[in-house]
Amino acid sequence: MFDVLIIGAGVSGSAIAREVSRYKLTACVLEKCEDVCEGTSKANSAIVHAGFDAEEGSLMAKLNVEGNEMMDRLTKDLDIPFKRNGSMVVCVHKEELDGLKVLYDRGVKNGVKGLKILTKEEAHEMEPNLSDNVEGALFAPTGGIICPFELTIAMAENANVNGVEFRFNTEVEDIKKGEDGLFHVRTNNGEYVSRLIVNAAGVHADEIHNMVSSDKMHIIERRGDYCLLDKQVGDFVSHTIFPQPTKYGKGVLVTPTVHGNLLVGPTAIDIENKEGNNTTQAGLDEVILKAGENVKNLPMRNVITSFAGLRAHLERHEFIIEEVKDAPMFIDVAGIESPGLSASPAIGKMVGDMIKDMLSLEEKENWQGTRKGITRTEGLSVEEMNELIKKNPAYGTIVCRCESITEGEILDAIHRPLGARSLDGVKRRTRAGMGRCQAGFCSPRTMEIINRELGLPYEKITKSGGKSYIVLERTKGEASL
Amino acid sequence: MKTVDIVIVGGGPAGLAAAVAAKKAGNDSILILERDHELGGILNQCIHNGFGLHTFKEELTGPEYAYRFIKQVYDLGIEYKLNTMVMDISKDKIVTAMNREDGMFQISAKAVILAMGCRERPRGALNIPGYRPAGIFSAGTAQRLVNIEGYMPGREVVILGSGDIGLIMARRMTLEGAKVKVVAELMPYSGGLKRNIVQCLDDYGIPLKLSHTVVDIEGKDHVTAVTIAEVGPDRKPIKGTEERYTCDTLLLSCGLIPENELSRSAGVTMSPVTSGPVVNESLETNIPGVFACGNVLHVHDLVDYVSEEAGRAGQNAVKYINDGCKDESSAETIEITATEGARYTVPSSINPERMDDLLTVRFRVGDIYKNSFVSVYFDDERIMHNQKRIMAPGEMEQIILRKSQIQEHGGLKKITVKIENE
Repeated sequence: MFDVLIIGAGVSGSAIAREVSRYKLTACVLEKCEDVCEGTSKANSAIVHAGFDAEEGSLMAKLNVEGNEMMDRLTKDLDIPFKRNGSMVVCVHKEELDGLKVLYDRGVKNGVKGLKILTKEEAHEMEPNLSDNVEGALFAPTGGIICPFELTIAMAENANVNGVEFRFNTEVEDIKKGEDGLFHVRTNNGEYVSRLIVNAAGVHADEIHNMVSSDKMHIIERRGDYCLLDKQVGDFVSHTIFPQPTKYGKGVLVTPTVHGNLLVGPTAIDIENKEGNNTTQAGLDEVILKAGENVKNLPMRNVITSFAGLRAHLERHEFIIEEVKDAPMFIDVAGIESPGLSASPAIGKMVGDMIKDMLSLEEKENWQGTRKGITRTEGLSVEEMNELIKKNPAYGTIVCRCESITEGEILDAIHRPLGARSLDGVKRRTRAGMGRCQAGFCSPRTMEIINRELGLPYEKITKSGGKSYIVLERTKGEASL
Repeated sequence: MKTVDIVIVGGGPAGLAAAVAAKKAGNDSILILERDHELGGILNQCIHNGFGLHTFKEELTGPEYAYRFIKQVYDLGIEYKLNTMVMDISKDKIVTAMNREDGMFQISAKAVILAMGCRERPRGALNIPGYRPAGIFSAGTAQRLVNIEGYMPGREVVILGSGDIGLIMARRMTLEGAKVKVVAELMPYSGGLKRNIVQCLDDYGIPLKLSHTVVDIEGKDHVTAVTIAEVGPDRKPIKGTEERYTCDTLLLSCGLIPENELSRSAGVTMSPVTSGPVVNESLETNIPGVFACGNVLHVHDLVDYVSEEAGRAGQNAVKYINDGCKDESSAETIEITATEGARYTVPSSINPERMDDLLTVRFRVGDIYKNSFVSVYFDDERIMHNQKRIMAPGEMEQIILRKSQIQEHGGLKKITVKIENE
């Protein structure tokens, strides 16, 4: 029996897990995939929005601005990279310049600091690669870039160190309120019982909600296609460049990533398929076309990969974070689409506070709010490297040549709390395989390490859990030995 | 800081041949830095035969071919370090490298030979739409899994791209019991050698569909099907031509990219056509004393040519050192321009003073040419006009220039290589 069950180990579920880990309670996160950060949280713009987009007075606006403000402290505590590179909304039609003022006013009302409307000249001076058609821009210095994998993983890890359990490959099939007043959650991995449930199931939040409530919810999967470009062109722009928003969202942006790549996207295509994160030719074409409206000579020949993510969109376009009316002790955290990543620390705090009151929880004396991330070798001096290699020779072996990731970093990723068990798990924790050759070189080497460290036979090593096996079987010659 | 005359980055076919040639040219201070746990590079996973016909006049497998050079490295006592990754090469030829035993270390070199080879273009760079499941490999990665690790990626295979590794893997997977359903090639011609199309596809009844590409990949966890479609002259898929193949594996053999991150950060000037360094007759880059050879310079079709070219790089490095490490970058040179069907030449400039009596200039054509002529112009005068029955982008071409010929043309400014119909 747990006091709290959190369904979903995305950025919201992980943020909430970390917040509740402050209190004296038992908590467990149920995740249907093999790792944290497997749904919406892993495929998005990796942006910490300033907070001028969402309607004033909305929960989205409030949590976006709060989350943004919490990011400096949180990323420092969790030892993950975060950069306030500033964002720009650019206007390419003179007659739409007024739109920038509307955003500016909304931002001021939402509490966004430092907003400034730039003239055409100022905008071009700040970003030489803007399209010649750019007539003006809204500049938000508090906009930032972050690695969504590292943020989610770090919060989950920290929650785990503070006593929150995680159950992976565990999919919720049904929820019943028992006569004992407790929730009985049926999963493919047995039954879980709890006093309180948090539904942080992303695009599946409607399915989970509808298990307990007669007031049905419907989430629309809104797909976004992206292209990621080589670090060689990572400084093509230094700010995050947005077009003016439309009813489908913030539009196709061009941004550096916190690790120095260039990211372009997303589209916004409503589909009715919770698993439909495939890219399409039309989608990728649209990304290239739309991005080209705001910047010039986008170096698309430097694309190293493309991907798509699904936003958990609700018709009313608002975060739903509340105790469900006809299901006491069941909290929905639903409709967490953009700016969900930006808001995640504030979402965690808000839900943590709700649970504290609902369960009358007391704070732990020994809560450990900081975490040491994986020791990165990037940028270390010769002396620092040698000190590291002396302590652990594995830091002297490069496994991923594109990102210069050492075996030491991969071992750390595998053996730390909630460690990696698949190639993608290693990739999201270390960046091994995330570079320009897209794991062509390092995947056999990473498999060798996983095989050795986890005792997992080659045939059982997956790309990302489930049935995503890398190899099928021994070759004929070996099998007959 | 340790000093070495010649540091060779990469212990594959290029690095080995460069080292052997440099040693034979009389230099005793050579160090090969190799990132893998053995010498030989990619040849170790190329267990098929067909290597060495030019160099050794016999057909060898990749490992056999590599061993001919590795043995010489052993016998000549050339120093090498395995499991060692070069992290940086500076303009003044300080090489920073790293391994478990030595940690991170720096070596000051008089000459550096770049021999890092190339990598495969990944799925992402091809912008193929669809899901991103397991079961998608570059052909070389699959080759390593099958030939080195001893594991089969799958049983039903579609291959995109007809580069040589893809063709070789079509045969290899077939011999291992897999069904290779089709090889799709975006271009109207193959990117590989004719002999590989015959020996690896035709002999096994594997269809090659030219002017086709992959338009969708299905499968959430693992590949379940791939759809290919015909492309028009604009290389865009033609609606209505889609064919769906159920399969569990998609191999990609869609081009090789010279691996020049180190060269670039050292300040070496790159050719946008080859993605390799721009070099002169000595295979020397714009940085005096930094030479390049093999697939890091331009992607070769046969390893024999890699060995020959790398040998010259090794000899030239020794010559450079013996001549007192002079900066010749401002010397008068004659540009070689590739045009009208010839895509590039290596080298792309000649210092007639430094050139050998015979200089091999290699290039590739950009299309299929039948019964056309390879022409060489000295300024406006055509001095070479050789008919070739067939030329294809997948095969390297060469011309040989004589020093005497160039000297006879006093004041020669420009050499042009082009393909002419008559």
